Amino acid sequence: MADQVSAREAIEGPIPTLDPAEALARAREGKGYWKRVWESLKDDKVTIVVAIVLLLIFLAAIFAPLIATHDPSKGSIIGRLKGFGYKDHLLGTDETGRDMFSRLVFGARLSLISGVLPVIFALLIGGSLGIAAGYLRGRVNTVIMRSMDVLYAFPSILLAIAICGILGSGLENTLLALTITFIPPIVRVSETVTVQVRSLDFVDAARTSGASSASIMCRHVLNNVLGQILVYTTSLVSLSIILAAGLSFLGLGVTPPDAEWGLMLNNLRQAIWVNPTIAALPGVAIFITSMSFNLLSDGLRQAMDIRL
Amino acid sequence: MTVADLRKHFPIKRNLLGRTLSAVQAVDDISFQVIKGETLGIVGESGCGKSTTARLLMRLIEPDAGVVTFDGNTVGGAHGVGVRDLYRDVQMVFQDSYASLNPRMPISMSIAYGPLSQGMNRKAAMAVAVKLLEQVGLNPVLYANRYPHELSGGQKQRVNIARALALRPRLVILDEAVSALDKSIEAQILNLLIDLKQEYDLTYVFISHDLNVIRFISDRVMVMYLGHIVEVGRVEDIYARPEHPYTKALLAAMPSMDPRKRTETAPITGDPPNPIDPPPGCRFRTRCPHAAQICEDRTPSLNDGAATGEGHLVACHMRDRRSGHPEARSSGASQ
Repeated sequence: MADQVSAREAIEGPIPTLDPAEALARAREGKGYWKRVWESLKDDKVTIVVAIVLLLIFLAAIFAPLIATHDPSKGSIIGRLKGFGYKDHLLGTDETGRDMFSRLVFGARLSLISGVLPVIFALLIGGSLGIAAGYLRGRVNTVIMRSMDVLYAFPSILLAIAICGILGSGLENTLLALTITFIPPIVRVSETVTVQVRSLDFVDAARTSGASSASIMCRHVLNNVLGQILVYTTSLVSLSIILAAGLSFLGLGVTPPDAEWGLMLNNLRQAIWVNPTIAALPGVAIFITSMSFNLLSDGLRQAMDIRL
Repeated sequence: MTVADLRKHFPIKRNLLGRTLSAVQAVDDISFQVIKGETLGIVGESGCGKSTTARLLMRLIEPDAGVVTFDGNTVGGAHGVGVRDLYRDVQMVFQDSYASLNPRMPISMSIAYGPLSQGMNRKAAMAVAVKLLEQVGLNPVLYANRYPHELSGGQKQRVNIARALALRPRLVILDEAVSALDKSIEAQILNLLIDLKQEYDLTYVFISHDLNVIRFISDRVMVMYLGHIVEVGRVEDIYARPEHPYTKALLAAMPSMDPRKRTETAPITGDPPNPIDPPPGCRFRTRCPHAAQICEDRTPSLNDGAATGEGHLVACHMRDRRSGHPEARSSGASQ
């Protein structure tokens, strides 16, 4: 396009200059960037499909009472562990005769909450700590990063189990345990990214324009750092779902009779010889959801890397 | 701008009490003057402290010692002008044209950011940016809304120059501003710099390792070696009558355009000594063909030697008759 215009310029003389107000309107920061991300995301079929799948799962969780065909906690002595399409049970029934489809839909609520919320909390806490450590350097950095190293000494699953074991079971404690588990890796990633960006010349250039630290932080550091932290965080959601399911499986997370995929998997474990397809369903749900989050984060990373 | 005894040592090893055990002596007690309206070229090989000097002048790093005076006002300190005020008058163009532009900001915003930070309203700041884009030869209609990764190296460096000029500085420090560019683009940018200098009545401190570029653009040249200034003078004096053995070696290392003046032997060999533990006395003596005992015993100073041309100062014992160097000789015509 540039060539066409300069060709025109050669014939018709200089191009009229841009009105400052229009330039301002055009250069509104950020808008252009996200538009570009969207454009490159649009052509990425896998990411789009995965995003739609996730959207459907989220909608199902939100509108669970409308979608569920049965009461998720109402059992039946006769109709236990029946296969697909038994009576009007679309996906069969579990070990106490409860409708599997309804339980999976309701289970999505708790599973998504325990997958997404701890990551969001950890992002808020760990992100601010990491960016602060990377931006301020010196003592602040040492204190924050060395405390994270202490947490890092435990394997993440073990840490979550230990915290849950101390606090006792229940959704709130699961969320708390997972949040604490995810803070150290997020801090470390944010710190690394911030240190990298901060050492680039454009931050120094911004300093030489006499801008305040707050302004440099917001306009120059944050928007170069957030994208990368966000992508990393998205990949943690799937891990969080799996960890939460694992905690429930061990009896440290959600307590029965609440529907939660990990807990359902645990309860159906004994039925694997009776009806393996039904027993595998919660696992399939966990697999699809965590896989989708992983693919989404991959797609986001590629789309946001347009500057390279 | 006057610089007196500027020093920066980067600590690399500390003991338990935080006392510095060893440090890189990046810039060691240098003093010089930048005269209003001139272009002062700073030349020297990699690691000699050129860029550290630039960053010290801009207060991007705090000096360990020394006083910088701009226009009669001391920079920093209790009674001096603040760094914020300094940035109204002194700006810098960085070497890496890519890293010195925010990749997430349209270039017009990058240029307007300075005036905005100094309290100009958005519309006026954008007007400044549009005008500067035109002046550095980038059509604002096409380029104002572009991002740095959509520009070539030369175009990015034009944007960087525009950004530096947005605050209407009087002194611009150019740290290897053209070193990363193609030769043809380099020439364009150098001409642009010369035009802008006339238009805005600027003073340049031009840092480069390229002797041809320095010769082209500078009025005066300062040669640095391992954190010291070894020679300073008008460009014609330095290039026609280099006095310091290091300057001579540098100039001899320049490729000649005349095939009959082929350089047969390497004028200078070896690497510069480690700046963590520089040799006592004259820092160049380890590679100097004229090194004598006195060079180890005493550090030559710029003020010892007698000047030949106007303001041509050399830090070498050979230039000082009283130094006791066996090859010391009285200076030429003017003394």
